[in-house]
Amino acid sequence: MTHPNDQDAKPAGPDSGDPTEFLSFRIGDDEYSVDIMSVREIRGWTQTTSLPHSPSFVRGVINLRGTVLPVIDLAMRLGLAETDPEDRNVIIVVDAGERVMGLRVDAVSDILSFTKDQLQPPPDVASPATESFVKALTILDERMVRMLDLSTVLPGIEEIAA
Amino acid sequence: MQEIMASFFVECEELHEALTDALQMMADGEHDVETINVAFRAVHSIKGGAGAFGLDDLVSFAHQFETVMDGCRSGDLGITDDLVQLFLRCGDFLSDLIRCSRDSDDINTSVAEGLIGELAGYVPDSGDDGPEETIDFQPTTLSLGDLGPGGPALDLPADLPPLPDLPPLGDLPPLDATAHPDTATTGPRQGLSVTFKPEHELYESGNEPLFFLRALADLGPCDISLSFDAPDDLVDLAKSGHRLSWQIDIDTEAGPADVHEIFEFAVGLCQIDVTERTAATAADAAPDLPAPPADDAPPPDTPAPKITTPAKPAAKSAPKTATKASPTVRVDLERIERLVNLVGELVINQAMLTQSIAEENIPPNSPVSAGLDEFMQLTRNIQESVMMIRAQPVKSLFQRMSRIVREASTAVGKSVKLVTEGDTTEIDKTAIECLADPLTHMIRNAVDHGLESSEKRLETGKSKQGEIRLAAAHRSGRVIIEVSDDGGGINREKVRSIAESKGLVSPDAALSDSEIDQLLFLPGFSTADAVSNLSGRGVGMDVVKTQITSLGGRITIDSVPGKGTTFSISLPLTLAVLDGMVVTVAGETLVVPVNAIVESLSLERKDLNPVSPGQTVLCVRDQFVPVLDLGRELGYRNAICVDDGAIALLISPEEGILVAMLVDSIEDQRQVVIKGMQESYGRVPGVAAATILGDGKVALILDANDLVQNAAGANLTEAERKAS
Repeated sequence: MTHPNDQDAKPAGPDSGDPTEFLSFRIGDDEYSVDIMSVREIRGWTQTTSLPHSPSFVRGVINLRGTVLPVIDLAMRLGLAETDPEDRNVIIVVDAGERVMGLRVDAVSDILSFTKDQLQPPPDVASPATESFVKALTILDERMVRMLDLSTVLPGIEEIAA
Repeated sequence: MQEIMASFFVECEELHEALTDALQMMADGEHDVETINVAFRAVHSIKGGAGAFGLDDLVSFAHQFETVMDGCRSGDLGITDDLVQLFLRCGDFLSDLIRCSRDSDDINTSVAEGLIGELAGYVPDSGDDGPEETIDFQPTTLSLGDLGPGGPALDLPADLPPLPDLPPLGDLPPLDATAHPDTATTGPRQGLSVTFKPEHELYESGNEPLFFLRALADLGPCDISLSFDAPDDLVDLAKSGHRLSWQIDIDTEAGPADVHEIFEFAVGLCQIDVTERTAATAADAAPDLPAPPADDAPPPDTPAPKITTPAKPAAKSAPKTATKASPTVRVDLERIERLVNLVGELVINQAMLTQSIAEENIPPNSPVSAGLDEFMQLTRNIQESVMMIRAQPVKSLFQRMSRIVREASTAVGKSVKLVTEGDTTEIDKTAIECLADPLTHMIRNAVDHGLESSEKRLETGKSKQGEIRLAAAHRSGRVIIEVSDDGGGINREKVRSIAESKGLVSPDAALSDSEIDQLLFLPGFSTADAVSNLSGRGVGMDVVKTQITSLGGRITIDSVPGKGTTFSISLPLTLAVLDGMVVTVAGETLVVPVNAIVESLSLERKDLNPVSPGQTVLCVRDQFVPVLDLGRELGYRNAICVDDGAIALLISPEEGILVAMLVDSIEDQRQVVIKGMQESYGRVPGVAAATILGDGKVALILDANDLVQNAAGANLTEAERKAS
């Protein structure tokens, strides 16, 4: 899991039959997923140290083997209902290029494999916020799975400071 | 090759430091031979290394420099102030040259030519040294060629061919005697008889006897013979390295001093015995020692591997022997960083262990507890030692400043002397690097604005030469660096009127002297009537202050009219660990840097006096101090809630201003490892960094000044006005 993030390196070119693997997880009743290559590790929920003057979706920071890791509450980032953290929750440590952050989700469900053809872009009617966070949709066993775009989900430094 | 070159440049920096040191001593009136020798050797070694890398500009300049210095060394040239000043300028230029060679930048050749011209003025016949120098360097490349095919150390015949070559060397056309200035001064002699017996260490340090023999051959026709002291048992051969010795008979007019000069770099590495011969002994000395058949000689056990490692020039052995007293290791800074991080982890882990053992209720006298105590002791020792690796003396920084003083004083035509104190004070390497810019600004300011012109100084009864003092010292867990001048002091009226004219301060504000001094740190402030190219662009002191603050330091001014101005910079000892007060506020654990806290007070509810909604003051020894509730400032709670037993930490963000910060309780005072959050998260207002506590939780380290300043906009200024 220590691979650097190379989701961008995966060519979406002519060989779109090549399956890409996604880690899927649950927030409430909904199912989301991220490219598995950007996942560093999955950890159980630990109490965070809250940061003053931070946006509401920033849960705080935790100690990840000696480094200070910011944790984002994904539900609140996506504009879903706020839930109190439970011990069953997990933190997915993702590495999007330069930035490493933790995402708090309810539970991790599966590793899914899709080819490029199976993914659809989100329809235009989606709300502006969701639209920018979700980069693709697909149907699996009559459930809808959303593929998140980490580059927009992880807040930029300017966004936090503002 | 790149790596060797890089290490050459690092070495150059060290050599240049030694050179600057020696030159500075000479400038201070120290003219003894050893000082000159140190300077000479440094330049010589730089030249030697540069020659091996084909850095011709560097070689030719260093050569000229060295030639003049050699004149001083032999006493042919008197050391005058002018000469020392020239040497200093040459030293500066040499460092430029080294930098340019390293970065493959273009070199200002006109400066080089100017300096070389000036240097040449001191040498009567400077051209003659050329041939000697080429011979000095040629062997380096030749010997590699010789040894290359020889391969492994045990290949006997391959190592030996240099020997039969030696006698003809004596027949080389004798070099111009002026190459060795000593020669002229020594009386006529029949010749010298030299016994040269290298010790094991000579080979180990990469020296090559052949070079010495060639150098001896330069003195005059030689008769060289090799004797081999065979061990009783060949098994011992490897253990006893020094079985070869050379007997050299030279027909020369040179004296023993010249021979010793040749072996200068090998003192302690070989046995040298020099006797002067009369004509009679000269005649029969030679046949006494017939050269042994070459095959019999054992290989010196180390030289081959040493020398086959590419292009280590012979001249490099010089600094090695010179610094033998305190051996140093050059380490990549990244590795040290890694070590520092790991030790940080260790400290955290140890704290966790301590906590879990405490939770297990193990009796304090059990072996576990005793072992843990020992472990804590060790951890702290390791931590301190590791921090010491990062610490470096400020000397290199001060040396750079002496150059700034020289250049700045020449630019404004003032005579300035730099006095440094506490060069050996050690501070964190990062801090040294970050201090270079602010100090440069401050020194330039001191030369340009601080010191008066020479005429004015004489009028006021001061010596013509201005003095700038640069001092460093450790004081109560911080490093204090002071830049002071003995100039006219800050002209406060002028400062004030300029600030008013620039709209930085309102004309009716009542300002104390220290407040006026603080105006110097405002962006866009400059007192110089005319903008000189040295300073006065108005981007000086505010940048200085920002840089110092970003290092966790403070800067203060102390100025006495007519006597001078002192800027003091106070810096934390290390940038990786700080002493923190662990406090709790609204259930959150926070760390307040101890150095920010002036005093801590235990409070009762009645001590707090509300003055207006949302504003409270605390009466401390008849002084009203604005109160800042930490919980509210950080957004943990909405209203000030003080239970009996709450603590007020008095902090002083600026000279003369006190603010009381309310916390619920103080847990502990301990060293914490600083963990940056900037890269992963970004800046959090009021928070300097984070750390990891014994229980594995992250705690935030507060930036007390930032906290107060941000709160200041809301209520501090009001409260302050009311309070005063």
